[in-house]
Amino acid sequence: MAISQMVGASIKRREDPRLVTGTGSYVDDLPQTAIVHMVVVRSTDPHARITGIDTTRAKEADGVIAVFTGKELLSEFGAPLPVTDCFVPTKKYPKHYPLAIDKVRYVGEPVAIVLASSLSAAQDAAERVEVRYESLPPVVDIEKAIEKGAPVLHDEVGSNLSYDVKFAAGDIEAAFREAEVKITQRLIQQRLIPIAVEPRGVVADYRTWARKLTIWSSTQIPHFVKVWAAVILGIPESDVRVVAPEVGGGFGSKIRVYPEEILTALASRRLGRPVKWIEDRGENTKATHHGRSQIWDVEIAAKRDGTVLGIRPTQWLDLGAYCSQFGTFQVLGMLVAQGAYKMKAFDGRAVGVFTNRTPTDAYRGAGRPEATYLIERVMDLVARETGVDPVEVRRKNFVRVEDQPFTTLLGLTYDSGDYRITLDRALQMVDYQGLRREQAEKRKQGKYLGIGLSTYIEICGLGPAVPTQAAVGVSLWGMSVVNVHFTGKATVIIGSSPHGQGHETTYAQVAADVLGIPVEDIDVQHGDTAIGPMGMDTYGSRSTALDGNAVHISAMKVQEKARKIAAHLLEAAEGDVVYEGGKAYVKGTPSKAVTIQEIAVAAFQTSRLPKGMEGGLEATTFFDPTNFVWPFGAHIAVVEIDAETGATRILRYVAVDDCGTRINPMVVDGQLHGGIAQGIGQALFEEAVYDEAGQLRTGSLLDYLVPTAADLPSFELEATITPSPVNPLGTKGIGEAGTIASSPAIINAIVDALAPFGVKDVSMPATPEKVWQLMHRNGGTKR
Amino acid sequence: MRRRVAVTINGTSYEHEVEPRTLLVYYIREQAGLTGTHIGCDTSNCGACTVEIDGHTVKSCTMFAVQADGAQITTIEGLAKGSTLHPLQQAFWDEHGLQCGFCTPGMIMAAKQLLDRNPSPSEREIRLGLEGNLCRCTGYHNIVKAIQAAAKVMAPGAEAKAPASVS
Ligand code: FES
Ligand code: FES
Repeated sequence: MAISQMVGASIKRREDPRLVTGTGSYVDDLPQTAIVHMVVVRSTDPHARITGIDTTRAKEADGVIAVFTGKELLSEFGAPLPVTDCFVPTKKYPKHYPLAIDKVRYVGEPVAIVLASSLSAAQDAAERVEVRYESLPPVVDIEKAIEKGAPVLHDEVGSNLSYDVKFAAGDIEAAFREAEVKITQRLIQQRLIPIAVEPRGVVADYRTWARKLTIWSSTQIPHFVKVWAAVILGIPESDVRVVAPEVGGGFGSKIRVYPEEILTALASRRLGRPVKWIEDRGENTKATHHGRSQIWDVEIAAKRDGTVLGIRPTQWLDLGAYCSQFGTFQVLGMLVAQGAYKMKAFDGRAVGVFTNRTPTDAYRGAGRPEATYLIERVMDLVARETGVDPVEVRRKNFVRVEDQPFTTLLGLTYDSGDYRITLDRALQMVDYQGLRREQAEKRKQGKYLGIGLSTYIEICGLGPAVPTQAAVGVSLWGMSVVNVHFTGKATVIIGSSPHGQGHETTYAQVAADVLGIPVEDIDVQHGDTAIGPMGMDTYGSRSTALDGNAVHISAMKVQEKARKIAAHLLEAAEGDVVYEGGKAYVKGTPSKAVTIQEIAVAAFQTSRLPKGMEGGLEATTFFDPTNFVWPFGAHIAVVEIDAETGATRILRYVAVDDCGTRINPMVVDGQLHGGIAQGIGQALFEEAVYDEAGQLRTGSLLDYLVPTAADLPSFELEATITPSPVNPLGTKGIGEAGTIASSPAIINAIVDALAPFGVKDVSMPATPEKVWQLMHRNGGTKR
Repeated sequence: MRRRVAVTINGTSYEHEVEPRTLLVYYIREQAGLTGTHIGCDTSNCGACTVEIDGHTVKSCTMFAVQADGAQITTIEGLAKGSTLHPLQQAFWDEHGLQCGFCTPGMIMAAKQLLDRNPSPSEREIRLGLEGNLCRCTGYHNIVKAIQAAAKVMAPGAEAKAPASVS
């Protein structure tokens, strides 16, 4: 079927034929010769001094090539692992090396590496490494960590407090003076384990005489890994190449430079052979960073009519044992906690503490799910307290379309959006009034139906270079190269690094529309630092808003050059030539056109080019937009609680999302499905549990409950389209929206269902046991 | 003590000496070189390693290679016939039933057995049938749709025609 416009078309993904046949190559699938297997010896103690490591017996084991400890390698680390500012430049944090030096601070911390000729030899030998620990008392609780007399993790920091900073604007005291309703609530963001189905893995190959290092890593950030591997290992950046092959999901968990990327490279340099490390799942639950792990306390000032005057939130963030590379990125939650609403004052406080647990960092949404959970719970708490319907509370407080571009109290400016429209449509889809009647009927029969709303907005498309540099320490832009070959086919190189998002398909669609080259003749390449300039990789729902637009702009530059060449070939004035559908012609005479194929040939034949024009048909773009992008939407969950067991069943999940222009609606919907499922996972099932001794109790997929197909419903999705004014395609991000929106929708629904029991809040995950307890805490009596 | 193992995978015979503790999934990936079968856990929960052994779907991390001696094994690489995808592979493609693709081979192998046993399953039956396979990307929504679409195509008497789609 011929499609005249590719942007907006749900074409099938070109990535899929190789993936459905099992012929894509993830790190563990790369062909390997003479490879050395690395196994990491990890701490079994959450907090201890290392008094000695005896590697003798391990070194004597069959097949072992070498064993290294942190002390032995310390002199080779040119720098510690990187930490970025991420909204808290004043924070205190310790140096963190890829291997523990004299102390361990969480279970799973790398202590030594074993290198052997086979995986089983390396595994056997790792068990023969004897680490002597002098145990110290562990700290596993956010609040206890900063009590007086708590054991201190890092002497160089002096206490377990990393930072305590304010994000405030407006007169909060006045807001509380004016308030007719005051509410105080604690909200828990439990610790989560990301669980990409492909664990991490690295192959590093240092060629001694060529002095070139190649790292293949299951990462979201090959470009950043290249920079930091060069810095830490003291190798010129120009001699380092990082490749992200097929990557089996990330969700933020592959967003940082990890110890194993450095350790495999270092071992390869020492041994002169390629070194491979593949994370097993038990390792993954401890060695790959966790997400969330926060407590939010909020005080709310509101009026009887449901108007919210101001909020005073405190975010207690558990950094884990070290400050991870983007460890304080979750503080973004504080910056965007105002949500889709107007208010007079905001008085935020963000506190970061160290505990003896796996470091935390970005996990799908990173800060925005927390912000949305906070403000959407606030709306429902106000509704409950005032008796005003949660829909009306939202409508009353919404930023209106006439307020756009709206600037929040903390100074962020929303790009566009009419939040009433998505809400109205979602209400229609579920038949809100009908549902309320059904709910009342069912309550009479002892059945508990709940309706939960979440009218989220989110910030994404990181981002404009100047604010991102101030916020996260690096300028983030979009990068693309568009190159038309001699034969009129094109290659697009992008700076984003997809791991399931389908960029190979969607960016070809973008280029096809501009160049008029058939989409199947456009190849999109990514994930290899050797093929193009510095890219800023993939996280924070940034790729399409940044790199997608960079592709559009490069293609426009190429089109402009093609038009000039065409004018020369047609012996016409440049201004008279139009380019359209892969052809250029003089206005009014489309029959005498030159095709992109003819233009491309001419581009490689200097004699046929206009005087002074360089050959080739290629353009590069570094796209720096004027603002972030702000997707929004309305999600509604309808649940029923089983009165016998406390189990939550999701009857319907309806979502109306607006992410601006949708390049490939099928792919957009897919992102939403997965995102919603992950948010439901947090709301109902997932929690990383540590015992008081600092041991992870949910260190396998037996104990850590990732939602299965049987746990989830099908989702009902619709969209509105408000093109973003800050980029030429009008796109916003959609990779995290589902997760951001869905946890509060589910919890609001459960709390709504439990209203007859006087329940005002349920902490996540809302397990059957927890819900049952809430229903029976007053001996099962209803109010 | 290494032990001899002979198996047929996707119609090709393989024979190797293996350590008795070698799991079948490692044998398939490393000895036979068929890396489409993935490893996503160490507790037999994720299903990324699902293959078919003598007509039964098995998580290949749950058995030793030596236990498969003499078996007929089908992996994801054995489903397509020449350049024609298996209806399930085609349906996963058509319905956007995958994103990162890491769970996909195991998911398709599990779906194959599901349809072998129940050619026209309800949505609930599909969801229950996939409980042993984890996907973190798709929320299962389009996986369910893909299996429903494949069921239609594979139903006895159905026209062997892929669902209409734009490409
Ligand atoms: S690897 Fe076999 S079930 Fe996970
Ligand atoms: S497609 Fe990524 S885990 Fe299923």
